[in-house]
Amino acid sequence: MYEFDYRRAASVEDAVAALRASGEAKILAGGMTLLPTCKMRLARPSQLVDLGRLQGLKGIEIGDADVTIRAMTRHADVAASAELRRALPALAGLAAGIGDAQVRNRGTIGGSVANNDPAADYPSACLGLAATIVTDRREIAADDFFQGLFQTALAEDEIIVAIRFPRPVAAAYEKFKNPASRYATVGVFVARSASGVRVAVTGASENGVFRATAIEAALQGSFTPDAAATIRVPSKGLASDFHGSADYRAHLIPVLAARAVQTCLSQA
Amino acid sequence: MQSVTLTINGKPVTAEVEGRTLLVKLLRETLGMTGTHVGCDTTQCGACTVLFNGDAVKSCTILAVQADGGDVTTIEGVATGEELHPVQEAFRTHHGLQCGFCTPGMVMRAIDLLAKNPRPTEEEIRHEMEGNLCRCTGYHNIVAAVQAASGQTPIGH
Ligand SMILES: Cc1cc2nc3c(=O)[nH]c(=O)nc-3n(C[C@H](O)[C@H](O)[C@H](O)COP(=O)(O)OP(=O)(O)OC[C@H]3O[C@@H](n4cnc5c(N)ncnc54)[C@H](O)[C@@H]3O)c2cc1C
Ligand code: FES
Ligand code: FES
Repeated sequence: MYEFDYRRAASVEDAVAALRASGEAKILAGGMTLLPTCKMRLARPSQLVDLGRLQGLKGIEIGDADVTIRAMTRHADVAASAELRRALPALAGLAAGIGDAQVRNRGTIGGSVANNDPAADYPSACLGLAATIVTDRREIAADDFFQGLFQTALAEDEIIVAIRFPRPVAAAYEKFKNPASRYATVGVFVARSASGVRVAVTGASENGVFRATAIEAALQGSFTPDAAATIRVPSKGLASDFHGSADYRAHLIPVLAARAVQTCLSQA
Repeated sequence: MQSVTLTINGKPVTAEVEGRTLLVKLLRETLGMTGTHVGCDTTQCGACTVLFNGDAVKSCTILAVQADGGDVTTIEGVATGEELHPVQEAFRTHHGLQCGFCTPGMVMRAIDLLAKNPRPTEEEIRHEMEGNLCRCTGYHNIVAAVQAASGQTPIGH
């Protein structure tokens, strides 16, 4: 690792000020992506601004219409929340399947969403559930937030403080995981709500998380596993690597969507 | 350099560290506690697992300054005098180690798992121990050891 200054943020405002003071400063949340990147010398921040002591950025609130998870809530806490398991089991289950136990004991939802790794799990839940990303200064719809490979709508000095998920009628996440890292080779999040069906896909595209609109349309007509399974997804623009070809990923999308629909139906 | 104070295996320890000093480096190089191992540089192997404020974490991916003020338990801190911790004893009895390189991390992870889930199923053990790799691939006996440590009949017996 290259040298850097370490600063423990006293408040969100303090962290924003630190980012403004130096263009090379970076927020440190759970460190499960940023520290390995620094260790490989792929990042060279001048300063790490640690949000770890800000208790106000931790916690889960379950409302009648939505669930709010604050940015520094760890994957392990999301997975273990009994209230969330009742209110939005798909999200608790998604968190339980991230990485491994030690990673879940440090990694945070805010860090994962800010990072927007094309194979990360949370972005699919945000897009699938039409979540709102709440920052220190504004609210951003998930549809506008994720802007391609590791790209988001966040300004350089902007900090995520919470994610708000509308409560669906039913939702499910199915991941075909990379057996070594547990990142998604393909992951499909299906959510059914009063306003319709949304299907978000992670892991598959070279451009990060996206909505499978053809599957959404089919499920809008008939919310059954078969309706999802019979859609052919074009492989153009999908990722191809030694974990799977673009054709293989294209094949997995309807297969996983159908499984997620099955899980949704069993929740009703 | 900045000063950090941690409780390590029940004793307060103060040390001067750089911002970039990893907890595992503080343990192994500054404090000479070499029971905690380093097996990779990609946060994947779990050989460096310690308990931090009661949770298993990879000490190669947490800065000493992040851990400042916290409570750390390493493999050196789990036995009582000459008496092995029940999880250590189960690894010994059930041959849960071959070369032993991954063992400190395996034991620390298993202690955390059993503290939170005292009677895990075989499936839960395999899922919850995914962050610990054994290069000797002795997973079968590792699972058996964790089952035995939780008072259950180990697989294959
Ligand atoms: C072995 C391993 C396996 C993993 N497997 C998976 C997996 O299966 N699925 C998966 O989804 N992820 C996986 N991850 C990644 C993990 O989920 C990380 O925790 C997550 O991607 C980043 O969260 P963090 O809190 O650790 O953020 P950090 O690493 O601290 O930060 C990540 C980035 O986000 C920025 N940032 C952090 N918080 C904020 C905020 N509140 N506002 C603005 N910017 C912020 C940081 O500046 C940095 O650029 C894995 C990681 C490891 C090491
Ligand atoms: S040395 Fe920490 S995970 Fe490998
Ligand atoms: S016993 Fe050799 S690495 Fe596990």
